[in-house]
Parts: sequence; structure tokens; C-alpha cells
Amino acid sequence: MEYNGGAVVAMVGKNCVAIACDKRLGVQAMTISTEFPKTFQATPKTYIGLPGLATDVQTLSEKFRFKVNMYRLKEEREIEPRTLAHLVSSTLYERRFGPWFVEPVIAGLDKENRPFICSTDLIGCINFAKDFVVSGTTSNQLYGMCESLWEPDLEPEDLFETISQSLMNAVDRDCLSGWGAQVTVITPDQVITRTLKSRQD
Amino acid sequence: MADRYSFSLTTFSPSGKLVQIEYALSAVNSGVTSIGIKATNGIVIATEKKAVSTLIDDSSLEKVAIICSNIGMVYSGMGPDYRVLVNKARKAAQAYKRVYMEEPPTAILVKEIASVMQEFTQSGGVRPFGVSLLIAGFDEKGPMLYQVDPSGSYWPWKATAIGKNMVNAKTFLEKRYNEDIELEDAIHTAILTLKEGFEGQMTENTIEIGIITGAVSTKDDGAVILPEFRKLSPSEVKDYLANIA
Repeated sequence: MEYNGGAVVAMVGKNCVAIACDKRLGVQAMTISTEFPKTFQATPKTYIGLPGLATDVQTLSEKFRFKVNMYRLKEEREIEPRTLAHLVSSTLYERRFGPWFVEPVIAGLDKENRPFICSTDLIGCINFAKDFVVSGTTSNQLYGMCESLWEPDLEPEDLFETISQSLMNAVDRDCLSGWGAQVTVITPDQVITRTLKSRQD
Repeated sequence: MADRYSFSLTTFSPSGKLVQIEYALSAVNSGVTSIGIKATNGIVIATEKKAVSTLIDDSSLEKVAIICSNIGMVYSGMGPDYRVLVNKARKAAQAYKRVYMEEPPTAILVKEIASVMQEFTQSGGVRPFGVSLLIAGFDEKGPMLYQVDPSGSYWPWKATAIGKNMVNAKTFLEKRYNEDIELEDAIHTAILTLKEGFEGQMTENTIEIGIITGAVSTKDDGAVILPEFRKLSPSEVKDYLANIA
């Protein structure tokens, strides 16, 4: 899990959610790319963040795209975030004794536009949170930052500030993450993804 | 002509039919009648419980089966084939639940069962199932009633009958069905329709009725609660029968 590095965080606001990740891809100490975001869109209102071993990040993002598309074709509706969380969990547990080295984060709005976030461990144990979830090599630093900065019922603009500050300052204390950040804020009307410039070291 | 192509399931006849499936449908049409009616707020499915002898303990004979909490099923045709399909349907519903932690929508379960039935029309050494199924379910799209045939084709219905008396029963239903029918009226109509072709005395022990009704609701954390399918107890059936006497 500490071979490629990476950080993902998601937070709940007032009728909105935000998910953010860093953009570094490294091979242990050597940074080989600064364009490796770790959040992927599952449905128009749900995103999955996948920090961890980069090859598994790529494979699982494609596997989940496949499963979500098949769901949409068969059920003729978009998958709800809660259902997606269980789908991710069962997919990971299928490999209980030879796991995927990722610890996913899911953030989205359900069909009533209620915010939903959760994270899972590498073998699929779901952590349903009401405030924020963190994952990746920077998780300890992120816990500290989020615990201090987060408050309930933040408006989308304030949530963006809060999640950005949490991520930026946390990855500055982790040599394996950073090199830019990508923040996505999901509201009932629109989804805005912003790229942040951070310390390039 | 049909006889030369009727022995092997996997051979088409010149007219483009699979004759074994036609014969399976004959098995269905000689089975007891089953009715399904979709109302605005739910669905009722009903069937005759024909005991061959008065010595049979008909309280332990189950024709209307619960597949998962929001889906129920009844049949016309061969009982043993039905039992196999009930088990497969129940397993399919639980497998869906293992992955998604929710009950399958009716249409998804119907597709699964229909694929199973179709498999048995295209494999070697097997024969088609000798049953037609009426599957009633309530999901987020509302109440849905489906019929699945031995060939594996399925249709959604507003009201239908299968089995021995289906032609008369469907004519009867066409006259009495309207889009705004509510569940209480639907149960009443189902019993009357069964009565049309009933041989012998209709009591609470000789018919079986299953209903699903209610509304989809959501818990605070967003989890969806679906209405539950249940069978009417003999005393409830007796009350309905008293109303039509």
C-alpha cells in the first residue's frame, strides 16, 4: 500500500458532498507522474476514490465502471451510493485471501439528494460515516486535519475550502503524497471539479 | 409432421417451432387455474389447491411461495418442476442480496428465472419446465405482475389467468378489470374469477391467496423499506369468501 502513495478524503456538507485526492504517482521515493488523480465518477452524482497500489487503482476503477454500467443497463436506473458501497464491499471480499491493495472511499448524493459517504478497508469492511472519511498513506494526517477543521452543515463553497485545506496540509506532511490536488464538490444541481496547485515536492 | 421433430428439444421443426415447448404448454394448460391481478396499491395472486383425495392434509401443501420479502410466486402445471424453480428463485434473490444488500427489483428476478427456464430449452438431455409462473413483486417502480412461460418468455400483465380455465377467466377479467382497481376489489375479483371454473366446493382450504401491498418508504439513513409479500391465512380467506356468498 506504500509503494505508490496517495491520499483521498471525502466530507459531508449541507445537501452536498465533496471528495478530494492528490495527484502523485511514485515508485517508492521517485515521483514518476504528477497527473494521477484517484477519484473516478461512478454515476453523475456519485464518485469513488481509490488510493493504494496504482495497478489495482486502475484495474478496480475499470471493474467498477463495468459493474456500474451493467447495473444501469439491467435495472434501467443509476446505482444508489449505498448500493454501490455494498457492491464495492462484496467485490473486495471476493479476494479475501489475496486482496486488492486499495482502500476505497465513496461519496455521492442519493436519489433524494441526501449526502452519503463511506470508506472500506482492503477486504471490504464498510465504515459508514456522518462527517468525513479518509484513506491512503496520508490517512493519519488527514484524520488530524479533518477532525479540527470539519463542522456540520457547511455550504458547498465552505466545504470546498475546508476539504482543500485539510488535504493540502495533510499531504505536506507525507512524502509519498502531494504534487497537486483535485477536489470535486457534488451538489443537487451540479458537480464542480477543481484542480489545486500545491507544493511541488 | 410435428411428430418427426417432437422428440428432441434441441431440434426446430420446419415451421420454426420447438415442439417440446408446445407440449410443455399443454402440461401447463391441463394444470389448475391461477389468477393474478395488479391493483393501484398492490397485487393479488391466487390458485386452487386441488387435493386428490380427502385424506390429504392440505394445510401443508404450499402453492403460493414467498421468494424474498417483496416477491411472491404461484404456478400452473407440474408441481415438482415448480419446487425446483422456487428454490432457484430464492437462491437468485439471496445472491443479489449478497452483492447489493438489497432485495432484487421484480424485473431483475423475473429475468433470472426466465433465463433458467430458457437454459432448459437449449441444453442437451434436459426437458423444459412444465410450469407457467405468475410472479408478483413490489419494488421502487411500484407493483409489477409477470407471467413466465416454459419457453422462458415473460410478459408484464395488469391481470391474467393461466392453467385449465384461462380463456374463460381472462374474458371474465377483461370485463371486470379497470386501471383504478384497489387491492380489496382485486382480491374479491380474483376469488370470483377462480369460482367461475371451480370444480367442487370453494372453501378456505381449497384456495390459496397471496398479496403484496403498501408503499415504499425510506428510513432516516436512506435505506429503502419495501412492502412485504404474504399469504392470506385461512381465516382471512374465509372472510373474503363469506363476502361473495
